[in-house]
Amino acid sequence: MRDVTATLVGFARTLRAAGVGADAQRLQTMVRALDHLDVLDPSDVYWAGRLTLCADPDDLTRYDRCFAAYFAGETPRPGRRQPPPVVIMQSAAMPSEGTQSGESSDVRVTMASATEVLRNRDVARLSAAERAEVHRLIALLAASAAQRRSRRFAPATSGRLDPHRTIRAVLQRGGEISRLHHRTHTHRPRRVVLLVDVSGSMAPYADALLRFAHAVVRSAPRSTEVFSIGTRLTRLTLDLRHRDSDTAMTAVSVAIPDWSGGTRLGEELKEFLDRFGQRGLARGAVVVIASDGWERGDAALLGEQMVRLRRLAHRVVWANPHKARPGYEPLTAGMAAALPAVDDFVEGHSLGALERLAEVIGRA
Amino acid sequence: MQTAPILAQDVDSPATLATLLEGHGYLADEGLATAGFLGLRMRRPLFLEGGAGVGKTALAKTLALVLGAPLIRLQCYEGLDAAQALYDWDFPRQLLHLRAAEAAGISDVARLEAEIYDRRFLIARPLLQALETRCVLLIDEVDRADDEFEAFLLEVLSDFTISIPELGTIHAEEPPVVVVTSNRTREVHDALKRRCLYHWLEHPSYDREVAIIRRRLPDVAERLARQVAAAAQGLRAEDLLKPPGVAESLDWTEALVALGVRELDPETAAVTLGAVLKYREDQQKVVAKGLASLLNGG
Repeated sequence: MRDVTATLVGFARTLRAAGVGADAQRLQTMVRALDHLDVLDPSDVYWAGRLTLCADPDDLTRYDRCFAAYFAGETPRPGRRQPPPVVIMQSAAMPSEGTQSGESSDVRVTMASATEVLRNRDVARLSAAERAEVHRLIALLAASAAQRRSRRFAPATSGRLDPHRTIRAVLQRGGEISRLHHRTHTHRPRRVVLLVDVSGSMAPYADALLRFAHAVVRSAPRSTEVFSIGTRLTRLTLDLRHRDSDTAMTAVSVAIPDWSGGTRLGEELKEFLDRFGQRGLARGAVVVIASDGWERGDAALLGEQMVRLRRLAHRVVWANPHKARPGYEPLTAGMAAALPAVDDFVEGHSLGALERLAEVIGRA
Repeated sequence: MQTAPILAQDVDSPATLATLLEGHGYLADEGLATAGFLGLRMRRPLFLEGGAGVGKTALAKTLALVLGAPLIRLQCYEGLDAAQALYDWDFPRQLLHLRAAEAAGISDVARLEAEIYDRRFLIARPLLQALETRCVLLIDEVDRADDEFEAFLLEVLSDFTISIPELGTIHAEEPPVVVVTSNRTREVHDALKRRCLYHWLEHPSYDREVAIIRRRLPDVAERLARQVAAAAQGLRAEDLLKPPGVAESLDWTEALVALGVRELDPETAAVTLGAVLKYREDQQKVVAKGLASLLNGG
C-alpha cells in the first residue's frame, strides 16, 4: 500500500474502461467511506467500492471482475478506445423486394379520388409524381404530441381551491372573505423522440419517415427530438427545424453519414440511451422507433436496451413498414427481441399508416 | 428492551451493526451490514434495490428498532407532490384565525401576515417531520413517484434543509438515517443515486434463509424451515413472473405452522401455495411441473 489514493484512482480508471460510471466524485465518496473501514482488509475495500462506485445491478458483475483483476495485480490495461466498429454493408439482395405483384391499383387511380388511393399505397412503390404528392400530404400532417399534466398549477376560474391566493386575498381585506380563488394543473406537451432507421433495408421508406419526422418537429418544435440510426447515431432535430420540408430534407441528407448502410440497432439504441435518453431525453417521453428490426448485431443486446428504454419512456411505439405485408410476422431476431418492450406496434409504409402513427403519438 | 437507545456513533463496525440487527431478528450479510454502517457513519442515505420481498423495507424498520428512533415512512406513488411530501399550510385554521382577528378588530396586515404564516399553521409532511425529529426515514418505492419528485427529494437529501418561502429555512439538527428503496420499475435519476450508498440486495442463500426463518419464527421445527427454504430456492430458479422473496417464505412458513403442519409434503404445499406464489400463472406452472419434484429436488 504505497499510496491508497493513487491505487484507487487506478482502480476507478479500470472500472470506467469497463463501463462503470466511477467518476471522481464517486471515488471521493469511496475514499471517505474507507476512513471508517479498514483499508488493509480486502473485504472492506471491496464493499466500500461497491457501495459508492456502482449505481446499477449491471455494474456489479463488471465491478467484481475489475476488482478481482485489479487487486490481484494483473491490472488490465484500460484500452484507449474501443476498436473501430466493423461496419457490415448490406448486400443488395436483402429482404426480397419487388417479387410481390403490385396491387391492381392502376385502374382505380382514375376512378376514386387520387388522394384516397395514394393514402394506402406502399410508399416504396410510387412513381415520382405520386411520391411528390405523398410528400406534400405528409408535410401537412399535424402530429401534435399528447399533453401531460404538469406538476405546476395555474390560477383558474374553477377547479381546486387555491388556499394560498385565497388567504392572501383575505389578508388584504383585513379578514373578510370576499371570494374563493381556484387553481388547476397546467398541461405540457409530452416530449416525442423519433428514431428513424436509415439503413439499406429501410431505404425505400426512410425518406417518407424523415418527412413525417419533419412534420412532427414542425407542429411541436420545442418538445420533439429526431435521431437517425443505422451504423451511427445522428441527431437531426436542428436540421429538421427548417420550415420548408425540402430544405430540411437536404440538410438531413448532408447530416446523415450512413445512409443505406448496415444496421446495428442494439448498439445504436444503447448509444442513444447512454448519451441522451437516460439523462432525460427519453424520460416520460413517447419514443417512436421507425425500423424493420433487421438487426445485424446481437439481438439480445437490442432486447436488453429495449427493456431499458421501456423503463425510461412513457410509451414505446415501433413503426415497421414491413408489417403491412400480407403474412408478415415479426420473425427477424431483432424485431422478436424488441417486441416485448413495445407498447404500440404499428405500420408505417403508407400515408394512411403515417396518419395512424400520428394518432398513436397524439393519444399516448 | 429497557436499554438506553443506541446512537449512530456508538456503532463502531459493520459487525457490531450486524449483531444489533440480529438482536431484532434481522440477519444482514456482510455487504448490507457494511452499507448500513457506512450510512450511519457518513450520514448518507442508503439506496437499496432488489426484487420485492428481499428485505429492503424490513431493514429500515429494524434500523429504527436498533436506534430506538421512530420510523417515518414516505410511500411514493405517481403524482406525489411537495404538499404531500414536504409541508402544507393549514388553510382552514389560517382562515379561522383571520376571521377571529377581524372580529377582534385587528386590521394590521403585516401583523396578521406574520401571525398566519407561523410554524403552528404549518402541517409537516413526512420529509419535514424527518428533519425535525431524530428518526429513521424510509422513502419506499421511489421508482413509483415521477421524476419531478426526485428533484426536490434530491434537494432535501443533499443538505437536509427545506426552505419555506413564508417562514425561512428549516435545517435538520441531526440528519435522519435515510433508507431509499426501489423496485426498479423505472430508472431513478443518477444525481439521486450519487447522493446515496448503492446496495443491491440479493435473495439470501439457502443457509441464510433457513437461519432467517428460524430466527423470525422460533416455533418452527428445523426440518420444516429447511424444507421451506429449499422449496423457495427451487422456485426462484424457475422462470416465474414473481419469484418469492424472503417475505413470502416467512408467510408460507407461518401458514404451515398455523395449519399445524410439521413436514412439507406435496398435499400441504398445494393448499398453501397461495402464500408464496401470488400469480395464477406461476401456480399453474409449478403445479404442472410437479410439486413433488420441487420438494425433493433442489
